[in-house]
Amino acid sequence: MTTQTERPKPVIRLGDRVFARSTLIAGSLILVALAAVAIFLIVEAIPALGADTTELKGSPSNFWTYVGPLAFGTVWAAFLALLIAVPLAVGIALFISHYAPRRLAQGLAYVIDLLAAVPSVVFGLWGIKVLAPAVQPVYAWLTDNLGWIPIFSGPVSGTGRTILTVAIVLAVMILPIITAMAREVFLQTPKLHEEAALALGATRWEMVKMAVLPFGRSGLVSASILGLGRALGETMAVAMVLSPSTVISFVLLQSENPNTIASNIALNFPEAHGTGVNVLIATGLILFVITFAVNFIARAIVARRKEFSGAN
Amino acid sequence: MSKRIEVRDLNVYYSKFRAVEGVSLTIEPRSITAFIGPSGCGKSTFLRTLNRMHEVIPGARVEGEVLIDGDDLYGPGVDPVLVRRQVGMVFQRPNPFPTMSIKENVLAGVKLNNRRISKSDADDLVEKSLRGANLWNEVKDRLDRPGSGLSGGQQQRLCIARAIAVSPDILLMDEPCSALDPISTLAIEDLMEELKKEYTIVIVTHNMQQASRVSDKTAFFNIAGTGQPGKLIEYDDTNTIFTQPNVQATEDYVSGRFG
Ligand SMILES: Nc1ncnc2c1ncn2[C@@H]1O[C@H](COP(=O)(O)OP(=O)(O)O)[C@@H](O)[C@H]1O
Ligand SMILES: [Mg+2]
Repeated sequence: MTTQTERPKPVIRLGDRVFARSTLIAGSLILVALAAVAIFLIVEAIPALGADTTELKGSPSNFWTYVGPLAFGTVWAAFLALLIAVPLAVGIALFISHYAPRRLAQGLAYVIDLLAAVPSVVFGLWGIKVLAPAVQPVYAWLTDNLGWIPIFSGPVSGTGRTILTVAIVLAVMILPIITAMAREVFLQTPKLHEEAALALGATRWEMVKMAVLPFGRSGLVSASILGLGRALGETMAVAMVLSPSTVISFVLLQSENPNTIASNIALNFPEAHGTGVNVLIATGLILFVITFAVNFIARAIVARRKEFSGAN
Repeated sequence: MSKRIEVRDLNVYYSKFRAVEGVSLTIEPRSITAFIGPSGCGKSTFLRTLNRMHEVIPGARVEGEVLIDGDDLYGPGVDPVLVRRQVGMVFQRPNPFPTMSIKENVLAGVKLNNRRISKSDADDLVEKSLRGANLWNEVKDRLDRPGSGLSGGQQQRLCIARAIAVSPDILLMDEPCSALDPISTLAIEDLMEELKKEYTIVIVTHNMQQASRVSDKTAFFNIAGTGQPGKLIEYDDTNTIFTQPNVQATEDYVSGRFG
């Protein structure tokens, strides 16, 4: 067609030009928004670092003693949620991908996806009205019978509104995304390897252990971390369910529970004034950093197995 | 241990579609039997019914009988999982488990069902199986390296080692050399000659020279047209099939006039 030496000016259609421009603008807007948020957080957070914090709830001596229990509560609740959600998600995903008859599998996958569409306020209400009263007797039983295990030690919360209840609510909330991703990964297991296992005389479960799980391992890791990211940032459900205090404590069933950063901001922002606002924003910055770190790890892991592009 | 396979009037269906119709044949122990025929005539389908691997495909089912040393493969109460431990299979594309080392690959079948095996027994079995697959000398220094790091031909021999490690009676091979270079192909053909002393071997091949080189008996399958079921046209000594077949279609096929 055209020779190298002439280099005619390439013809670009108007449509292409408009499209290229608008994607460029959209892309830049995202970066600008992210930068704006980061700058806002940092600028507003700086006064908090040296601020007098004794007027805040719990009278912490400085910002770090204030944010410490919150950061702990955030990570602890998200970690517990992950601990509950991942095995469940793997089980459901395996059932959908390798056990259920096709019709049932499709229906189940649909229900799981619907779960992702439920607003978190609804989960919060469910947590208070249904889950907490329902699990309270179980918690009482646990403290009575397994109280010698430190995390189950008493006295048990009378309302059932503890960090464990929060973790359960969070687990239900992150279940859909982890399940959906795990299902995709499991479905991508090469037939070749499944048949290799079956032809050796593997049962279905042995085939799953030999071929499906090893193949899906890194995809599962990134699915879990994405779920973790969501659990870290969840506000409403935690704010509604938890009756917080400022402690760093691993116990699951008592009425003294660490709050999470996001929920703490939601609870205290309406009444905050002066440097109190800056302190809350600074805790937001800490949450930003934690979430960013988690996402960064997820990206790094996903990048190692590019074929699971369903991850992003 | 090597066993006789008797097939009586076997039909294979994928849901409503009949892929294979009315196959009857007897395969002797300690022999190599080759299945040849044009693509889509049901060779793989039929082969997979010999260890019930077709059941992995939803909707696939058989009518008729397959007897292994007189025992009905499809009798009531026969567990397909146990069938597959007796009747091993090697696939068209080498499929070692990518996350396992060479050694773990060889032991994969042995470790199923939580069977325990001592370390020295395991090492012996690995060596014996890899020697049996003519692979030992090439990999003995890197048994803990991943199996997927081997060449295609070595991977296929690793798959054979994995299959014979569970001491099956019968070994089914579905075009085991079609993804391999000529040298690796020869290595596998030599290996089959060795394995024949202990196993009943059934091999599907597209390669007519390969069938005539390695097999004792040859079965020619054909289809009348697309959508028609595949049928066993002629089954005889390999020599007869390739020099003086009884059916015109067989002669046309082996002389390269179609397929
Ligand atoms: N999983 C399957 N589902 C439905 N039909 C199949 C399946 N596998 C093979 N078939 C059909 O069965 C027939 C025989 O196929 P196959 O046994 O693979 O032939 P060959 O191995 O001789 O090339 C073909 O018509 C093919 O389309
Ligand atoms: Mg085939």
